[in-house]
Amino acid sequence: MSQVAGLTVAQGALGLGQRAEQAHRWGRAPAPLIGAAVLAAALVLLPILVTIVQAAGLSAKDAIDLLVRPLVGRLLINTVGLVVAASFTCAIIGTATAWLVERTDLPGRKVWAVLAAAPLAVPPFISSYAWVSLSNGLQDFAGALLVVTCAYYPLVYLPVAAALRGLDPAPEETARSLGYGAWGCFVRVVAPQLRPALYGGMLLVALDTLIEFGAFALLRFRTFTTELYAQYRTGLDGPESSLLALVLIALCLVCVVAELNVRGRARYSRVGSGVRRIAAPVRLGLTRWPALLAFAALTSATLGVPLGMIGYWLLQHAQAATSPVAPSLPLLFSATFASVSYGLAGAAAAVVLAAPLGYLTTRYPSRLSVILERIAYLAQGVPGIVVALAFISLTIETIRPLYQSAALLVVAYAILFLPFALVGVRSALAQVQPGLEEAARSLGLGWFGVTVRVLAPLAGPGIGAGAAMVFVFVVTELTTTLLLAPIGTRTLATEVWANTSTLAFAAAAPFAGMMLLISLLSTWLLARRFGAAVFPDGA
Amino acid sequence: MTSLRILRLVLPAVVCFGMVSPGALAASLTLYSAQHEQTVDLLTKAFTKETGIDVKVHSGEAPELASQIVKEGASSPADIFFTENSPELELLSEKGLLAKVAPATLASVPAQDSSPAGDWVGVLARENVLVFNKSMIQEASLPASLLDLAKPEWKGKIAIAPTDADFLPLVGAVIAMKGRPAALEWLKGLHDNATLFDDDEGVVAAVDRGAVATGIINNYYWARLRAEKGADKIQSAIHHFAGGDVGGLMNVSGAAVLKSSRNQAAGQKFLAFLVSKPAQDMISKLDITFEYPLAAGVAANPILKPIGELQPPSLTIKQIGDDRDAAQLLREAGLI
Repeated sequence: MSQVAGLTVAQGALGLGQRAEQAHRWGRAPAPLIGAAVLAAALVLLPILVTIVQAAGLSAKDAIDLLVRPLVGRLLINTVGLVVAASFTCAIIGTATAWLVERTDLPGRKVWAVLAAAPLAVPPFISSYAWVSLSNGLQDFAGALLVVTCAYYPLVYLPVAAALRGLDPAPEETARSLGYGAWGCFVRVVAPQLRPALYGGMLLVALDTLIEFGAFALLRFRTFTTELYAQYRTGLDGPESSLLALVLIALCLVCVVAELNVRGRARYSRVGSGVRRIAAPVRLGLTRWPALLAFAALTSATLGVPLGMIGYWLLQHAQAATSPVAPSLPLLFSATFASVSYGLAGAAAAVVLAAPLGYLTTRYPSRLSVILERIAYLAQGVPGIVVALAFISLTIETIRPLYQSAALLVVAYAILFLPFALVGVRSALAQVQPGLEEAARSLGLGWFGVTVRVLAPLAGPGIGAGAAMVFVFVVTELTTTLLLAPIGTRTLATEVWANTSTLAFAAAAPFAGMMLLISLLSTWLLARRFGAAVFPDGA
Repeated sequence: MTSLRILRLVLPAVVCFGMVSPGALAASLTLYSAQHEQTVDLLTKAFTKETGIDVKVHSGEAPELASQIVKEGASSPADIFFTENSPELELLSEKGLLAKVAPATLASVPAQDSSPAGDWVGVLARENVLVFNKSMIQEASLPASLLDLAKPEWKGKIAIAPTDADFLPLVGAVIAMKGRPAALEWLKGLHDNATLFDDDEGVVAAVDRGAVATGIINNYYWARLRAEKGADKIQSAIHHFAGGDVGGLMNVSGAAVLKSSRNQAAGQKFLAFLVSKPAQDMISKLDITFEYPLAAGVAANPILKPIGELQPPSLTIKQIGDDRDAAQLLREAGLI
């Protein structure tokens, strides 16, 4: 696994595991490098600090009164209830699909392997749009659970499938020979070895459920994120909202820290070396028919419904509330251009932030570099809505020139998706032998020359993979875009939002379709171009 | 994809962003709009076609935009503020942030639907109603007064959207008619009885699918849902409060030019355009907003109950207030 799986589990992946492997000490890091890395880490902490400062305006008594009230209780029940339920449904579906794909003779396994991972490229608020427009009966808790499960079960599927591939079949064979049946063998021998991958995946599901906004807003399911947005809309974005935001951040950080711990202890080692064999696939026999049916149902729910509903609404036009504003090609083009431009700018900015951090941690590992890197990974536990609200009040009050600027939105993207860029930069740099840089330097190249002529060609593809991932996330990002987009800027995400939240489903369809197209296409290209690095074992 | 090639792709985009900084183009207007994006799109397009003045739109919920304008103060990028309800405009008017509206523009609509101080103009009106699911409840058993919904027998049967900008004026109206303590009691009753949603769209959708029997909304959310679903598929209907009950409140959607705007003349042109006959005609003919046009001689959409048959409470714009007291009360009642 290590950093490769980090990229595979696109949504959150850290890849911290392999820190010390190339502890190639070059002495003290240059001050500008440390400065740049500290700046990147400080940017991640900035929104949290702003939120804390705002909440600090409250007296202790007011704070307690505001925290211990029915609204917070209801939000906690809604949010935590959904997080727990989604983690379990994703765990069950993710593990079952992984086992069927990796360990059985299910017909069409290669195809199912791709289809099982593909839902990651469908933004949750797009599948939410599809389900809501299919039937408005699918709302509230059940609807939210359905959408979240469809969107996030691959976060369990991918690591569990990778773990199953890597398992040595010998203990299973021994267990079988000692009298365990197939089920007993799975429960007593296989499942314990899958635990790190499974728990890690479940925590990523929990984290993504906590910070999701658009899907729940469209489903009318109230969580902390939708409540923060609602309070902002009512003009009540004072210290009370900041306090709610802190509760949400605390929940997220619990997940991030737990995930780091699970990842840190993810070791089920084999004693001795030798060639790892591929386990003999379990023969499904007649059970393969229900299994195939289940896979077909899963694919219909995760990919069929979004694609089908978008297609359906694209073909509807006469309906009143949608027709006057329905597909306007120039608007579709300009929204696509805006989304793609922000995607590119966000990816570039994230790589710029990640580069010094990645270089510091791979070339000058120290206690400081570990701390800075961990801070950078905290970014995945900071919800977009918190970053956006913090940035609005920061710029409106103190840094006015940045207020409502494109630059601010790009910085927000860079902070939110820094972990993905960092995973790419770090793993790419780790694979470049430091000796090559030393040789180039000894032959007279300056740091710029080394960067352009040695590091860029060697680490370029890996960094590009990270950047491409950030690009996809930015294009499909809703919350921050909605709150920070400069006046007059319309992206695919804001158009889907504006139309869907007013029930104009047909008007939303072209924008939703375009976004899905870009996301699926980029993910496919990413998988093809960087397949070997990103999707191990050719899955 | 080498990093150089990425750089080549990204640099032009970054350079472009650098150039388009806000406020660089003085010939255009910036509109802070809480009205529906589709409606505003059509209006601004028609306005640009007529005058050649470009309009940039920043959309949001009215209270959010109002608090934004207050925070931005004298350097607000906004030229015009267009809302769905009067209280946000009243708030800005009280803070002295709005410029006087040209008398000819004010004369196009009834005087009681515009700012008493003459610094914003009423554009459209909408009615507060009760939406109910036809298979869950009979219209005859619906309450005569909005205030009855706080009674215990309505527990679990009512949906509201306390954070929707349309709910705040209703609270303001109850405060004006029944006093603050009675309004708080009413809200506490609703807190016990109601299922909460984020916005009126959520309420109307929930009632229509049978999740809740009734809901408090503005009339046109139901009309929009009916247009979207088709008249034969809609499961709900609306109930108008009569006899001047507070539940039949008429809200005014209005617009104003900000005092801080450097484009006063163009801004006034836009206000005049909003209440002009062609613009008002266009809005009432399209099946998008379903609001009552305020300009004289413009017929409302036939799907709406004729405005002469409505029996709204007689409240002035001043009495409905500026949302601040209403928001405070919602918080005291535990609704937000």
